[in-house]
Amino acid sequence: MKAVTFALRSFGRELRSGEVLVLLAAVALAVAALTAVGFLTDRIGKAVARQANEVLAADLRLRSQEPIPDALSDKAAEFDLQTAETNTFPSVVFAGDLSALATIKAVSSSYPLRGNVRVADTLFGEQRVATGVPPRGETWADGALLARVEADVGDRIMVGELELLVTAVLTYRPDQSIGFASLAPSLLMNIEDIPETGLIGEGSRVGYALLVAGDEAAVSAFNDAVETDETSLLRVSNREESSDRANNAADRAQRFLSLTAVISLLLSAVAVAMSARRFAHRRMDTVALMKSLGATQRFVISVSLVQLMLLGALGIIAGSVVGFAAEETLSWILSDLIASDLPGVGPMPVILGSGSALVLLAGFALPSLIQLRNTPPLRVLRHDVMPPAPSRILVAGLSLVAVAALLYRSVGDARMLVILLGGIVIIAAALYWVGRALVASMGRFRSGVGVAWRYGLANVARRGRDSAVQVVAFGLGLTVLLLLTIVRTDLLQGWRQTLDESAPNHFMINIQPHELESVASIYAADGIEVPEFVPLVRARMATINGVSVKEREYPDPGGQWMATREANLSFAARLSSSNEIVDGEWWPEDYAGPPLVSVEEEAAVETGLVVGDKMTFVIAGRELEVTIASIRKINWDSFQPNFFMVFSPGALDGMPTTYISSLRIEKEQQPVLIKLVRAHPSISVIDLDSILQQIRGIIEKASLAVQAVFVFTLAAGIAVLFAAVQSTIDERRFESAMLRALGARKRTVFSGVMAEFAALGAAAGILASVGASILAAIIAAQLFDLPYEFNPLIWIVGVAAGVLVVCASGFVAARGAVNAPPVDVLRAA
Amino acid sequence: MTNNVSGNAAVLAAHDISKEVSSPEGSLTILADVSFSIAAGATVAVVGPSGAGKSTLLALLAGLDLPTRGHVVLNGANLGELDEDGRARVRAESVGFVFQSFHLVPSLNALENVMLPLELAGAGDARKVSLDIIEKVGLRDRWRHYPAQLSGGEKQRVAIARAFATEPAVLFADEPTGNLDSRTGGTIMELMFELNRSSSTTLILVTHDHSLAERCDRLLSLDTGRLVNDSKASP
Ligand SMILES: Nc1ncnc2c1ncn2[C@@H]1O[C@H](COP(=O)(O)OP(=O)(O)OP(=O)(O)O)[C@@H](O)[C@H]1O
Ligand SMILES: [Mg+2]
Repeated sequence: MKAVTFALRSFGRELRSGEVLVLLAAVALAVAALTAVGFLTDRIGKAVARQANEVLAADLRLRSQEPIPDALSDKAAEFDLQTAETNTFPSVVFAGDLSALATIKAVSSSYPLRGNVRVADTLFGEQRVATGVPPRGETWADGALLARVEADVGDRIMVGELELLVTAVLTYRPDQSIGFASLAPSLLMNIEDIPETGLIGEGSRVGYALLVAGDEAAVSAFNDAVETDETSLLRVSNREESSDRANNAADRAQRFLSLTAVISLLLSAVAVAMSARRFAHRRMDTVALMKSLGATQRFVISVSLVQLMLLGALGIIAGSVVGFAAEETLSWILSDLIASDLPGVGPMPVILGSGSALVLLAGFALPSLIQLRNTPPLRVLRHDVMPPAPSRILVAGLSLVAVAALLYRSVGDARMLVILLGGIVIIAAALYWVGRALVASMGRFRSGVGVAWRYGLANVARRGRDSAVQVVAFGLGLTVLLLLTIVRTDLLQGWRQTLDESAPNHFMINIQPHELESVASIYAADGIEVPEFVPLVRARMATINGVSVKEREYPDPGGQWMATREANLSFAARLSSSNEIVDGEWWPEDYAGPPLVSVEEEAAVETGLVVGDKMTFVIAGRELEVTIASIRKINWDSFQPNFFMVFSPGALDGMPTTYISSLRIEKEQQPVLIKLVRAHPSISVIDLDSILQQIRGIIEKASLAVQAVFVFTLAAGIAVLFAAVQSTIDERRFESAMLRALGARKRTVFSGVMAEFAALGAAAGILASVGASILAAIIAAQLFDLPYEFNPLIWIVGVAAGVLVVCASGFVAARGAVNAPPVDVLRAA
Repeated sequence: MTNNVSGNAAVLAAHDISKEVSSPEGSLTILADVSFSIAAGATVAVVGPSGAGKSTLLALLAGLDLPTRGHVVLNGANLGELDEDGRARVRAESVGFVFQSFHLVPSLNALENVMLPLELAGAGDARKVSLDIIEKVGLRDRWRHYPAQLSGGEKQRVAIARAFATEPAVLFADEPTGNLDSRTGGTIMELMFELNRSSSTTLILVTHDHSLAERCDRLLSLDTGRLVNDSKASP
């Protein structure tokens, strides 16, 4: 009680006297950065996720081989969700005498719930966003389908018994498959026309789907509700379960964002720790005095705790206000990128920011304050007696636990957490020891330099441990700044390159072996590089290790789906450049032994397959036994045709084979496609450009977000530098007053101080360059699956930035001290 | 104050106390086998050249530090047997301090500084008692002021008011006038002796000022850590 009164009474004064302001600023900055970053990443994360959801045309898709019971859409309505229904099935359509196989997609009027359908008014004409769905009696058909039946916009097409008028060319629908599952080009029509086609009946292969979208929480609540009474007919597919490129990109975007958030957090932590150290140091005299007057340790610690809590509260309030204002401004600036209809962020970021601030204070400020408790009362008589330093293990342990707790929320991934923590600890330790070595070697240069440098270097050496700690702080700040600027740019570039302008933008599927030559010559005639043709054999998996795929138990429901659906097989002598063997071995190029297969990693895990397992496939009525020789990882970003199952050469000889291919066709080259589909109506050409555009959009948004968030990280980094300089400011003020009292000119004192900062800055810069290079390589390889090329710029920028930033902050912070009038010496203590 | 020592019984006794510190040249004895006992209400001057060990002795007597050998009994409590908080409690109940460099809490105003030890000792009417004593030291109009707004002499008055506020059994003063001009120092000492008389506090005073030492009942002379003279000064 006494402690609380005392704490409250002196707090106002301490705040006014400005001694606590540094710590308060550090806490406020941490909270501001956290809330703003939190708000922003939350919003952008949602925007990105929503864009990724476009590939479902919904937030959630329920599929069935039977009509979806009305009860389900009623239930979705209960949850306030939007719904749409689709029926998908293959059917042969006719135009005049010509016919072609099409994927019929019949949709209800609210389709699509996410994303847009795009159409063109002529074959390969300009695309535009379609409004609504085809009215009854009309249809929008894929250009390839129209080419096959030699029809055009304005012609009529027979779907079953119903005649539909083609009113547009369908160029893109968000849920179009970019794999090879739907071989036939699609035809979009109104679901209410379906009964009149007479196509749906006993034995027809119709995929029924219910699309659901709405508020995130409601969707997941609905998802849970459905899963509990899930029948075997339903398959719930949501964003987490699908694993295509758009998701991959969204996932990376969020990693970039959390990486940035993490770095702001670390910097704030360093700033808090440093200013808390100073705060505690400044309070030591008062504590010794209170103890000499009879205060107990408990009293002393209670006062500190109460004041720390007051500081925390003030910091949280100030930080939240700043953070919220900043977020509002930022999202206003980014408004055309962040969908405005996103659900409000609510108080969550503020709560998280406040909680994090408390963890930050507990982990980084508390050790210094606990140390205060042990201040010997003798200090009132002998100013040089200090409390024993807090146990290093305790300090390190507390701060590591705090960092881990704070990071885990934004990283959300134990592996990344360990990598980050490891990197931080290693750099801090290396910085500290090299810092000490530098400090120790300073003495050697002292004799050969002028008075200013001698004074500066003497300062570095005399402050020994403190100088080393400052090198650590500067070095850490610089490391993350380097990571954020140079490394971030490198990583983003590497990432963009995976989607560079030369990436294939068209898929050709269903090419018959006898057509290969003719297709190649059509491209060659138009001066287009003839693409590589990849074989494809359709099959069904029958048994795994002698057990029927229907009876086998799977580690993951995805495995069952994988094993029982129709499989697309391929064969190859050489491993594709976008593949990497993770287990087993790829066969030699001239392999001619018994059939072997290489299985994609995720498919193998979900199906429970390992190297050496035996499977049988049924291909065109024949059975084929094959042994798993290797497990492969596929880089899906490559836009190369890739397969879950790749057989050894010769294994599929004599089986019905078609070929697929991917290639880049520029806009002005597109007429070649009309020639191609006219000459080979059975070949389907899939336009990937719109999908690529979608993915680029995600990447652009993500990079922009990272840059915006970077502003806060930069502010936090500068706060660290200031806290470090501030921690020596009183000493400097006194010293400079004393030196000037002894007759030193202001200039000389100033040069000495600058020499000291330059030495510290250079040391920190060198160490930060090493740290950033190592961390960058680890982050690139472990988290982003990107190759990282060592960038020598890091060294130049690192050291230059070290000297410049430390000298500049030192200049601003120490100017006041150097200008302190000599008379201050008399006012000391 | 719970004070079971009455009349001329010893309020403070040093029993063969020594203090050794470790230095780069090995262990260094800065106080050697010092013994004495001081009666309640006495005024004692501790004198000796710089570095003799005066401040060290004071720290040991007040329990700010512990002797390497021997023990100190302060107001009936053997300080060596108490832990740090125990010694703090003894100080809160029976010790006051006046330091050479004032040592006021900069974030508290004059009144709050005086109230501090009273509150630490759990006194009920801290504010009234403090205002009274501030008036006695002649700072009635300045009680709202913060240390930075006071002169050296005024700061020392606040420190004295703070030291006497709890009516301590023993008051330690380490060169209380060392930072003041001789006239201000004189007034400060008058104030201390006067308060000492009116509250029957035992006064232990470290000083370089011989005229000041002369005014004390007793003179303890230290030289290089040894008690070289223990004389009763004539009143
Ligand atoms: N912790 C310590 N470590 C090393 N030496 C110490 C320590 N404490 C005191 N000393 C030394 O013991 C000696 C006595 O110190 P002390 O402060 O008691 O002297 P003093 O009599 O108060 O001197 P002054 O009149 O200058 O204040 C000094 O030489 C001092 O340097
Ligand atoms: Mg002394």
